[in-house]
Order: sequence, then C-alpha cells, then structure tokens
Amino acid sequence: MASSPVISINHVSFKYEGQESYALSDVSISVAEGEWLAIVGHNGSGKSTLAKILNGLQFPESGSVLVDNKVLSIDTVWDIRKLVGMVFQSPDNQFVGATVQDDVAFGLENNGVPHEEMLIRVKQALEYVSMIDFLDQEPHHLSGGQKQRVAIAGVIALQPKVIILDEATSMLDPLGREEVIRTVRELKDEQGLTVISITHDLEEAAQADRIVVMNRGTVYSEGTPDEIFLLEEELIKLGLDIPFPIKMAKALREKGFEIPQNYLTDIELVNKLWTLHFSK
Amino acid sequence: MDITLQQVEYKYQINTPFERLAIHDVNISIPHGTFVSLIGHTGSGKSTVLQHLNALLKPTKGQVHIGDRVINAGKKEKNLRPIRQKVGIVFQFPEHQLFDETVEKDICFGPMNFGVSEEEAKRRARELIGEVGLPEEVLQKSPFDLSGGQMRRVAIAGVLAMEPEVLVLDEPTAGLDPRGRIEIMEMFYRLHKQKGLSTILVTHSMEDAAKYADEIVIMHRGQVKKTADPRTIFSNPEELLELGLDVPDVVKFQYMLERRMNRKVGKTCLTIEELSNALTEMQERGESL
Repeated sequence: MASSPVISINHVSFKYEGQESYALSDVSISVAEGEWLAIVGHNGSGKSTLAKILNGLQFPESGSVLVDNKVLSIDTVWDIRKLVGMVFQSPDNQFVGATVQDDVAFGLENNGVPHEEMLIRVKQALEYVSMIDFLDQEPHHLSGGQKQRVAIAGVIALQPKVIILDEATSMLDPLGREEVIRTVRELKDEQGLTVISITHDLEEAAQADRIVVMNRGTVYSEGTPDEIFLLEEELIKLGLDIPFPIKMAKALREKGFEIPQNYLTDIELVNKLWTLHFSK
Repeated sequence: MDITLQQVEYKYQINTPFERLAIHDVNISIPHGTFVSLIGHTGSGKSTVLQHLNALLKPTKGQVHIGDRVINAGKKEKNLRPIRQKVGIVFQFPEHQLFDETVEKDICFGPMNFGVSEEEAKRRARELIGEVGLPEEVLQKSPFDLSGGQMRRVAIAGVLAMEPEVLVLDEPTAGLDPRGRIEIMEMFYRLHKQKGLSTILVTHSMEDAAKYADEIVIMHRGQVKKTADPRTIFSNPEELLELGLDVPDVVKFQYMLERRMNRKVGKTCLTIEELSNALTEMQERGESL
C-alpha cells in the first residue's frame, strides 16, 4: 500500500442547509490505489455524507477532496465521476434499463461510448460480476443480490478507478450479501479496482484492508481490521458491533481459557481451541 | 386472538398466463400471546404468508382463521376493517409510507381512519412516541426532517396507534445499524410482553429468531418445512444450511468445533454464554479441551 493515494480527503467539513451541527468536521482520509477501505459508523455518523462528498453530490464547506490528483470542484465533477463509480443501497431504485444489458449500457450511452465498444464493455462487465447469463432478463426476475451485481457491472463498465459501495449490501438477505461481497473481492483482486465500502456490517468491514471508524462527523479511529476490532467495547459504545469470533474468544478468556490473540474468522478460533485440546 | 392457517394455498394472478403458485398446503397455528418467527430465504413464501395474516391476500385454497373470523378460499369477505385494526403489519422499510405534514398527524392517521376521536388519537401519539424511543418534540416536526432510523420509529408508532392485538413484523431491522437493530427488537419484545401481544417476526436474522421466538417456522419453496422451538430447530444446523439458510453465529461455531474435535459439546447452545459454560464444564470434567 505504498502507492500514491488515489483519493485524498483533506480537512473536510460540511453541514447540510438548515442544520446546526456539522455532518462532517475536519475529516482527513486517504485511500491508496488498489486498496479496499471500509468506512464504518452508526446511522448518522457522517459516513454517507462522506460518500456524497467523494463523488461531488455535495461539496465541502471547507477543506478539499483530491481524486487522482485533481481537486474536486464544480468544474471537475463530471470528469471525476468517471473515475469514481457509486453503488447505492436500494437494489430497486437504481435499475434504469428494461433488461440487464440495457441497464449496464445506460451509463456508457450517456458517456457517448461508440456502439461496438459498448457491446464489448457490457459483456465484459457482466462477466466480471458473473451475470453474463442474464443479459436479456428483466430486473423483476432478479434477486436483490443479482440486481446489486448488475449495478456494480453498470459502474465498472465505465472503467472507474474507484468504486464506492454506499451500504450496498444492507438491504440484501445473507446470501445476496455474500454474493456481492465475493464479487467485490474478485474485482479488487483481479482488476485492481480501489474499493471504498461504507457499511455497518462488520463482516463486510472485516474483508477490507483498512477500516476507518466514523463517529459524529469525525474520524474516530483507523487501522487494519485486526487493530480496529481490538477496540471491542468502544465499538459497541459507538453503536457498532464486533465480529463473533472476537466475542466468543473474550467470553472463553473470562472463563480461563488461554487465548492470547484475537481471530477474525471462526475457523481460526476453532483451530486454536483444537490446539489447546491437544497441548494438555 | 388466535390465528390459524389451514391447508392454505395462494396463487398469484390466478387464471391468467402469469399464474404462479406462491404457497401451498401451509398449516401454521399461532395461539394468542406467542412469539413466532418465520424464516426462509427470499422467495420461499414468507411474505405471501404474512399478507394472509390480516386478509390482505385471501387464500386460493384452504382457510385462514383470524380470531373468530374465517377467511375461506373463493368467498367474498365483507368488512375486513376489524381484522386490519387488530392485526397490525409493520412492512419492510415502513418509513417509505410516511406522508403527512407532521409526525403527530402521521401517527394519528391510522386510528382516526378506524373511527378513533382526534383527541384520543393524539393521546396515543404522545404515549407511543416515548414507547418507540423518541422525544415528544418530534411530534410537531415533519417526518421528512428526521433520520432514517427515527422515521422507522415513527412508522412503527403509527401501527401501534391502532392498538393491535397481533403485531406482524416484516424484517423490521433491515438497514439499521447494530445498535438500532438491538433497540428496535428489544422494544418489540417489551411490547409483546407488556401488552400480551402475539408477535410474528419475518426475519433473515437467525440471531433474532433464536433470541426472541417461542416457535420458529421454516418456509421452503412455498411450504412449511418445519415448525419447532429455536433449540430444536438449530440442533440440526446441516438441515438449515442445506436449505440455504443461516444459523446463529454461535450455533455455527459449535458445529464447526464439534466437527473439528469429532465429538459433541453437549446440548445446542444459543448464546455465547451457554457455549462458553458448556466448554468450561467439559474442561472441568477432565475431558481435555
């Protein structure tokens, strides 16, 4: 993660019209190319405002946002939106085409991509999200997870550098959620896409390279998932949760089990207990 | 008020080329005062069942008993209003249904529609706004100036204002943050106990089903696959996983651990505390762990 930041947010403050308190105050975050950054926080912590600032749906009152070394402003917003694609929360509110392929083509058409190339890009994008078999399906035949994967295809067809998932899994059932997270992981690993996922799902956040915890419009903490989940009680006080294996290890430790380290997956903790079992 | 579904079938768009069988041969019994959780993956028929509970849908075969009313397939039913008042449904994302100028008017809309006086409706609104965890000042605000979580609470207050005897909850915590989820579920559970309601919870959260339900009904491909108390349901995790369903984290963990150690820990644990106690007991019995 030594590469230069693809996004840097410098001392950004913002408040909504008519509101007294700041939705964001003095927020600075940078995102490296190819990184998966999770931004977590309770409802109203400022994380969605941050997403809107990142692709120019709102502009900061003070501070600046740089995307690919360009300052985000009214003049650059259209160029920058080509670099930063966004997937929103509701699978139903962002489907614009009559079929899956029309939907993915929509953004390309708007951007004046020639027809020949459009066909190639639509196919490729749908292959990346494993939805190629659904080209002519209508949206109401798809599950929530499938719709969100089509939304992701619509974004990556535009070949952005960064994809922002704004609570993109929060309305899905557990299978749909897993499907979308797996897709994002593949895109990141295979295509080198930079991912910012805004979420309060801790399982999703645990997948990221780095986590930023937001609270009341400020950056409360940042670090790797291992580091962040060490905060345990603090996270719960902030209205968040901690992954199950950490809770389980804590309860066992209180009973006198020797588990010096935390694990982010069940299987690691199971193996640890298994070793304890053998070392007796 | 007891609710019973007997041999219920429902076909969408019956007698058209688009006819689709959503549920069939469904038998569910919900004695008054019980907390039932309906689980099953998307498309299993949960939402179709739910809409039968207050006769929003009428069966294409079979019968639904709602208190002393019987909804029969093929018969026109008149005057369903009392049913709608007694069985309150909190739909998914209920905040999308808010519409009035103020929170107070929004909450009063339902009861006034059912003939409750304005004064009484306002009294209920004042009482309920506290019950759902919002300050009284909110009553005079526009619902659209509130946060998503607050809007959801207002919408729930609107359903409670009809003073239902049965509360049907369709994924009431979807999209909320972890704290909001716990607060809302604890609130429903408190109301369930205090007011002696029947509660039917449709959820993807196995944690909530395990924690609150007296009985769990598993729906699969339009049918009831199994009905039992949570411990019985989760004592066979493989069965659920095969149906593409989750189990509570703690159940999954116990299952993995037992497979790794190639022996049983004991009974199926539904909380972290139960499992850590069971493992401690094993250790104290001298069974190495």
